[in-house]
Amino acid sequence: MRPFRYERAADAAGAVELAAAPEAMFLGGGTNLVDLMRLGVERPALLVDVTKLDDGRIDETPDGGLRIGAGVRNSDLAGDTRVRERYPVLSAAVLHGASGQLRNVATTGGNLLQRTRCAYFQDVTKPCNKRDPGSGCPAREGEHHNLAIIGWSDACVATHPSDMAVALAALDASVETSTRSLPLLDLHRLPGEEPERDTVLDHGELIRAVHLPPLPVARRSRYVKVRERASFSFAVVSVAAALHVEDGTVADIRLALGGVAHKPWRAERAEEALRGAAASAESFARAADAELAQARPLRENAYKVPVARNLIIRTLSELA
Amino acid sequence: MSVASRSIGAALDRIEGREKVSGEALYAYEHVREGAAYATPVQSTVAKGRIGSVDASAALAVPGVLAVLSCENTPPLEARDEELALFQSDRVSYRGQIVAAVVAETYELARYAERLVRIAYDEEPHDVELLADHPRLYKPEQVNPSYETDTEQGDPDAALADAHVTVDATYETPSFHNNPMEPHASTAVWDGDGGLTIYDSTQGSAPARGTIARVLGVDAERVRVVAPHVGGGFGSKGDVRPQAILAAMAAQVVRRPVKCAVTRQQMFDVTGYRTPTIQRLRLGADRDGALTAIVHDVVEQTSRLEEFAEQTAVVTRMMYAAPNRRTTHRLVALDVPTPSWMRAPGECPGMYALESALDELAVELELDPIELRVRNEPDVDPESGHAFSSRNLVACLREGAERFGWKGRNSAPGARRDGPWLGGTGVAASTYPARMRPSEALARREPDGRFVVRIAAADIGTGARTVLTQIAADALDVEPARVRVEIGDSAFGQAPVAGGSAGTASWGTAVHLACRRLVESGGHEARVDSESAVEEREPYSRHAFGAQFVEVRVNAETGEIRVPRALGVFAAGTIVNAKTARSQLIGGMTMGLGMALLEEGILDPRFGDVVNHDLAQYHVPVYADVEEIDAVCIDEDDPHLNPLGAKGIGEIGIVGTAAAVANAVYDATGIRFRRLPLRLDRVAQALA
Amino acid sequence: MHDAPTPAVTPEPPAFTEVALRVNGVEHTLTIDTRTSLLDLLRERLGATGAKKGCDHGQCGACTVLIDGRRANSCLALVVAYAHSDVVTVEGLAAGGEPHALQRAFVEHDAFQCGYCTPGQLCSAAGMLDELRAGRPSAVTDGEVALSAEEVRERMSGNICRCGAYPNLVRAILEAGA
Repeated sequence: MRPFRYERAADAAGAVELAAAPEAMFLGGGTNLVDLMRLGVERPALLVDVTKLDDGRIDETPDGGLRIGAGVRNSDLAGDTRVRERYPVLSAAVLHGASGQLRNVATTGGNLLQRTRCAYFQDVTKPCNKRDPGSGCPAREGEHHNLAIIGWSDACVATHPSDMAVALAALDASVETSTRSLPLLDLHRLPGEEPERDTVLDHGELIRAVHLPPLPVARRSRYVKVRERASFSFAVVSVAAALHVEDGTVADIRLALGGVAHKPWRAERAEEALRGAAASAESFARAADAELAQARPLRENAYKVPVARNLIIRTLSELA
Repeated sequence: MSVASRSIGAALDRIEGREKVSGEALYAYEHVREGAAYATPVQSTVAKGRIGSVDASAALAVPGVLAVLSCENTPPLEARDEELALFQSDRVSYRGQIVAAVVAETYELARYAERLVRIAYDEEPHDVELLADHPRLYKPEQVNPSYETDTEQGDPDAALADAHVTVDATYETPSFHNNPMEPHASTAVWDGDGGLTIYDSTQGSAPARGTIARVLGVDAERVRVVAPHVGGGFGSKGDVRPQAILAAMAAQVVRRPVKCAVTRQQMFDVTGYRTPTIQRLRLGADRDGALTAIVHDVVEQTSRLEEFAEQTAVVTRMMYAAPNRRTTHRLVALDVPTPSWMRAPGECPGMYALESALDELAVELELDPIELRVRNEPDVDPESGHAFSSRNLVACLREGAERFGWKGRNSAPGARRDGPWLGGTGVAASTYPARMRPSEALARREPDGRFVVRIAAADIGTGARTVLTQIAADALDVEPARVRVEIGDSAFGQAPVAGGSAGTASWGTAVHLACRRLVESGGHEARVDSESAVEEREPYSRHAFGAQFVEVRVNAETGEIRVPRALGVFAAGTIVNAKTARSQLIGGMTMGLGMALLEEGILDPRFGDVVNHDLAQYHVPVYADVEEIDAVCIDEDDPHLNPLGAKGIGEIGIVGTAAAVANAVYDATGIRFRRLPLRLDRVAQALA
Repeated sequence: MHDAPTPAVTPEPPAFTEVALRVNGVEHTLTIDTRTSLLDLLRERLGATGAKKGCDHGQCGACTVLIDGRRANSCLALVVAYAHSDVVTVEGLAAGGEPHALQRAFVEHDAFQCGYCTPGQLCSAAGMLDELRAGRPSAVTDGEVALSAEEVRERMSGNICRCGAYPNLVRAILEAGA
């Protein structure tokens, strides 16, 4: 690990000022950053600890939604009664991620900013366009059975590993930073020609909170995660879904996929196909097909397409 | 020959339980609390070639870095062309090989400086892929530990041609990695007179001492290896690993104690692993299922540095009666690390293939798989002709069938469905040799009436310390609380490594004999070397047997496989400690679940190393993967083994489990997977 | 595609800082390299070798300790970020010389073999039982939070045991948590 200075910011403005330095990074729970520092992937010269800012609470917002401070620990988020009642998919998503120990420490902001688990990204002795632009993407023709099927580029086929982000993507969440507010769906990028940029954030831009709008459909929502072992394992494919059915017809729907792309994937085409349609397995299948038509599997991960399809159909069927 | 048992058979709590649950038990990295320096390995980033230059200047410029070792500056060792010949050559033989090391005041400084060492390579093209038709396949002179490479009886090709039904299937297993929880570690302390003490994570302090002394060119009398507690090994700590040599060399250079632990990632490169295998199994049988021919051909790999030939096909030599059989092993030396022991070398991968092929035969014949095995039960060892000292495979199969609810099993793949979940059950046989090796032991009567037993045995989680206490207590005819067994120290004489499931038989016999001699002589100390007891044994075929039963649920929509029930029934002679034996067997079965469903060292041939080299990517079973699981031992009284009547149970648990799982998956889905692991993506692909 | 070049770096000096924290009830004030993990502090500086290094990357749980009452992986905890924290390790679980209920149950049910994951299992189980009693849900919770084998398995899955002592661990934890 490279030597680094450590500063604990007293307030957000102070944190942002400190983090303006070129090799500064924000430190939340550290469960991803310290891991990457030890691997040599991240090499900050200055850590700005943002866990003692006034960002550790979940508050009701005037419009009936919730404001989740960036410093809220994952386990506190998942256990919050309001979250469990109003946005159960979010609580479930967080609980399906990582381990009990990691959930106690990881923060909302850190969870959003965690980096891909692609084996080549994590190994500094191997080429990786995300870590070292221009060096190449060995995953493209190599070990990629758990990487992207949608939205990848020849420069990068990585996926975003967060479960929480998938639920937030389904819930019309927005992200409040030190300089702006933006939809969560716009936070993470597709790799394109600049895979080194996971998000649209500027250097030193601090996530302050995640906002959830009031969303009645979210009361009936679910997160389902397919993984290679029964726990403590990243998603192969996951689905965050919220569904409201009236008289056998889809009145409202939210759907997002995890494990398929460089960002949590809001299934907009599927939603469009479902609004007003019959709440039947056939409809769900048609909607899944509409969404997955844009999938371009790699040589070894075509299996994710039928798995995603089946997961969408089953999850929506169980919610209907 | 055996003494009246009061302790043997009892479910005694582990002797070192208090130390382990309190955090007081010391492992190899933990004995020296102050004054030690830290050594960290630097690994090659090419799989084959020569080191052109080593630039340690940046690393050495870091205050607190004490030394950088490499081929450019290291004093000679006695070892050549071996995994332990650190820095003796500028040749690189595999990616990840240790080619330099940093020694520093603190761990943080050592790890930092590690990345500052700049090594230039003259890279050569490498060859790392095991292929069934690899042009450089050769026949080794023997297979581990000293079996004949090929055997043949009768005319298997003719018998196959004439058989009523045949199976011809090729099974593949990937590299598996032992991954004990404790990364390999050593702390080396030289005294002022050239004597060396190494606290080492070793499965055998006595053999380790010999190896370390030989490699360093030091008199073995001056070397002491100490290992009272070891955090698992599963075979990977049976050989001395490079960090021990590195710690000793570094300690010599910096004239201070040095500790070195490999990282979890490094374990995938430098601490051994199970070779991948490609196994072709051919069976020929008559219409009643009696086998007329078995042919088992194995292809495996070794490294360019040392030869290790896993004895994968030897199980086919003794499991089933068939007048015509052939077993072959072919090896290719690749630019990869040297494979070595992993729990049940040989039997584990070999029985996966054999027991899968038998299941395929049972399906062909529409015969119950248990009945098929019963019909092929041999009277004597099919290869050697020796009588079995005891063989209760059939009893295990029947007992297991009863407990598992196998009767009336109606195999109908795809028929049992609960929503998306397909249900199935599978069975496989299990076996492991019952070996015994000579050992020294000392028994002493203390003035206060208590007893001390000293033997360079190892407890790597097996419960050895506890069972040896029980064995000593019975031999001395006292309560276990009056006996203290000391192990894990090469100063206690010669003793074999914890391996081959031979610990209880080997050390136990020596302990038993030493205690009996003490009692009978009436003196205050007795030393024994059990060599003659081992050599005088009559010729029998000695093996433990078992049966593995598994129930699976396969999600037809996602490819997920869950194992709601697993049962192992074993016949392994005297069970010295019912509690620890059950734990060992379940532990082996759990490792078998990992082997079947999760574990795989993924090689990227362009780089030459295992790309999924950590515990987040190489999946070993977690709590949630293990539901209902049990292991039962049936009574077996075998007078042809050793004074304890014990066969050893450390490895048999993993043998046959993977086949039982794969057979169950076939039963559930009608799809026969012939490649491990039954990873979700492959299952999903096949079901789609 | 070319191999990633070793970054051409000139060595930088360590950053030291003073940190005060409490470990098993004892206050410590130490000058540390900012890169020091809580795990290495415990093992290399404070002689508390109970917590174990199994992977150093938060993937195995052998390093689990309680920080301010919550279970956490000490390998990923930079000491510098935990000033004034209250750390409890396996050495601090036994109160007043009496083994913790979990420690007793572990021995009785043979919930360990090699013992290397054991300190982490104990601290994790202690933290986990508190979480469960506080009504915190898990991924398998269906309705009310209640102690069950299924809940224990899910909640403890961050602690790997390669020896495979899982069934005995579950039994021991259920008994201690009853």
